Amino acid sequence: MSAISLKNLDISYGTTKVVEGANIEVAAGESFALVGESGSGKSTILKAIAGLAPDWTGEITVLGEKRGHRVDHAFATRCQMVFQDPYGSLHPRKTVDAVLSEPLRIHGLPNRDARVLEMLAAVGLDQRFRFRYPHQLSGGQRQRVAIARALMLEPKVMLLDEPTSALDVSVQAEILNLLKKLRREQGLTYLMVTHNLPVVSFMCDRMAVMNKGRIVEIAPASALHDGSFTDPYTQSLYAASGGNPDRKDQ
Amino acid sequence: MSPSPLLELENLRVSFPTPKGRIEVVKGLSFTLGRERLGIVGESGSGKSMTGRALLRLVRTPGAQVADRMVFDGIDLQRLSERKMRELRGARISMIMQDPKFSLNPVMTIGAQIAEALKTHEKLARRDIRARVLEMLEAVRINDPERVMELYPHEVSGGMGQRVMIAMMLIPRPDLLIADEPTSALDVSVQAQVLDLIDELVRDKGMGLILISHDLNLVARYCDRILVMHAGEVVESCAAADLQNATHPYTRGLLAAVPRMEETRAELPTLDRSAWSGT
Repeated sequence: MSAISLKNLDISYGTTKVVEGANIEVAAGESFALVGESGSGKSTILKAIAGLAPDWTGEITVLGEKRGHRVDHAFATRCQMVFQDPYGSLHPRKTVDAVLSEPLRIHGLPNRDARVLEMLAAVGLDQRFRFRYPHQLSGGQRQRVAIARALMLEPKVMLLDEPTSALDVSVQAEILNLLKKLRREQGLTYLMVTHNLPVVSFMCDRMAVMNKGRIVEIAPASALHDGSFTDPYTQSLYAASGGNPDRKDQ
Repeated sequence: MSPSPLLELENLRVSFPTPKGRIEVVKGLSFTLGRERLGIVGESGSGKSMTGRALLRLVRTPGAQVADRMVFDGIDLQRLSERKMRELRGARISMIMQDPKFSLNPVMTIGAQIAEALKTHEKLARRDIRARVLEMLEAVRINDPERVMELYPHEVSGGMGQRVMIAMMLIPRPDLLIADEPTSALDVSVQAQVLDLIDELVRDKGMGLILISHDLNLVARYCDRILVMHAGEVVESCAAADLQNATHPYTRGLLAAVPRMEETRAELPTLDRSAWSGT
């Protein structure tokens, strides 16, 4: 059974169609990347799955259950999203503790105290950050909180929208390592949007390349090693990212 | 290369007051620059952008900057009056900012903004100004410049906006261009175009370039020489070609933390921040 299955997905904002005929199958436990330029519709696909872009037609299936167009409580426990900008995605007047307990309270789950502590440890944050506000944290620490929030309901599918593009390279390395570790430990499935091809090489098994709302190619991440892409747009994107300098030297 | 360098900087210090006393964000930076391409790399808070601003004397109060020597083409920048400094900014040294969305005037057409940059520094007939603006827009590879001149910034894409900004900065024909993260708001595919463009213009006109960025590989690709900054100090200075052989642990750590196209490591090495700071 695939973890995420999109069939003939069209997504519109008002009268503009931003994604047309997307078909993706992501296997359980797989890490799948969506790459492309701004405006290619890659984030919109994540939003539609998460229920933030309700104007879609086609079929979205997550872990065997079809997604409807309405707010779906049970869906939130299976699938969660981490956003790009850790400075914008945390409520500025809620402490880390409040942010992490909220999903548990909404779903009426017990042991909130213990779970918050457990999750802080899982994402590598010290207990002393528990009652701090977002402005008292660095960018990397905030992104850890955002990841912890998404994991509070123990979902099996994570939607990651450029989780490290707002961070410095050294902090990016820490967050990428963390995401990789969490996937291994909790058997998560990732659908990750990024425009950074080396990040795909590190994190993902397969990738779909998008251009102007359409998926132009689905390739294994190993294609990044030698640039063996078939679509001309993918090839130009690969060339613009600098190709593989490790191979050019040889 | 000309005998006297374009820019000489010795012991630049930029500081800001805090409740615990003044904190220095740039601690004694020195370099000389010819008509070459210098890259300054570092993470957030390393002081790289403040260095760029200090060169134009744009550090706002309560921040303060001092240097033992700050000479641009024989002019002592520290002793210039504010008026003289304003004449120099843009005309001789100009700066490309990070995000075209916030740096262009939203209520002025692109043509008018670029023309303004020129009019401030040169007296020209209206027809000549228009010709120079069109020529400049063509130089930054904007198709159909006549149409683009009439557009407002919100009507163009990010990449095009950045090219407009480059046009605006280059139209007074400066000798030194400071580019502070000129492409970090842009897509990878557009990034390469914009940097190639800056590179080409800098070479053609024989300007000096200071490229400030957090992206090591990008700087290595477009510069001759690289300064690596950390916590306000230069920790490493090397030729761009030698970056892979950098010796300082901080530089090595940064290089190692970047994922590669052909990634085989199961885990990325992260920086052990206690290793070199000594605190």
